[in-house]
Amino acid sequence: MTWELVLALGAGSYLLKMLGLVVIGDRPIPAALDRCLALIPAALIAAIIVSNTLSIGHHLQIDARLAGVSAAVVAASRRAPVLVVIVLGAAVTAVVRAIAG
Amino acid sequence: MATLRDPRVRPLLTSCLTLAMAIGVYAISFGVASVAVGASVAQTCALSLLVFTGASQFSAVAVVAAGGSAASAMSGALLLAARNTVFGLTMSRRLTGRLPKRLLAAQLVIDESTAMSTAQDEPQLQRLAFWITGGAIYIFWNLGTLIGALAGNAIDPRKFGLDAAIPAAFVAMLWPQLRTVRARLAAAIGATLCLITIPFLPIGMPILIASFGVLVGIPEPKPNEGRS
Repeated sequence: MTWELVLALGAGSYLLKMLGLVVIGDRPIPAALDRCLALIPAALIAAIIVSNTLSIGHHLQIDARLAGVSAAVVAASRRAPVLVVIVLGAAVTAVVRAIAG
Repeated sequence: MATLRDPRVRPLLTSCLTLAMAIGVYAISFGVASVAVGASVAQTCALSLLVFTGASQFSAVAVVAAGGSAASAMSGALLLAARNTVFGLTMSRRLTGRLPKRLLAAQLVIDESTAMSTAQDEPQLQRLAFWITGGAIYIFWNLGTLIGALAGNAIDPRKFGLDAAIPAAFVAMLWPQLRTVRARLAAAIGATLCLITIPFLPIGMPILIASFGVLVGIPEPKPNEGRS
């Protein structure tokens, strides 16, 4: 690891964030684009969930995480508080992992 | 500004702090991993302070550890960070204000702060959720990194199921987004595209590809279409 790489990574990732929030974000945009932007969290969060639950690197893998995240889905669908959803997800995963070895 | 007396603020604070602490434990494992591949404690902490995007940091460290070039470490990490541009665009509607404030906010634009903010109903709570989540995670992420880098070895986050705590938190944040038919469709398409592309696209790219799901928003909504 070199300091050049550390600083370049820092600058690059900050610029990417700023590009969306400050540079592009100010301009008036067409209604259709606005409707699409409103759907970004749904599409991307769903993708983050399946990728964090069902994959390791390039491999699709079903393991204890699926049990934990499924429990989280049930809790969320019953409008449990976020705290309960998180703790339940981790706890079920830990238990299933411990039992399955 | 919503105050602490507001009954909606207390549960928001609790969930933000829980999430931040779970992420802090993950930061410990980043600190350990980074030092293990030869980065100094100062470099490891600088990565967390400046990059502040877990996936990018882990990928950069992994590529360096595998003997990859600086260019490949850079491109992999920035690909993973590219979704923050899209999240920044989403947040720009909610975070108006003076330029210095928005430049500061930009550093806190990450998956969790965007998701927690967009899960709220009112603009005031959306702004509050963004700053509390982003701020708390920034503190815990950097504290965890420092502890991990100094300790050199730490608890195994997998043993406590903490690898699933993060997707579980996202489940809680996704739920309120799914009130419209279009949002449910966008989520289903995004998740499917991501799963299909994981085996062959570079890591991080499938999550960006999921943004194609938002194209269901293009057609003019019918007058009777709405929440269901």
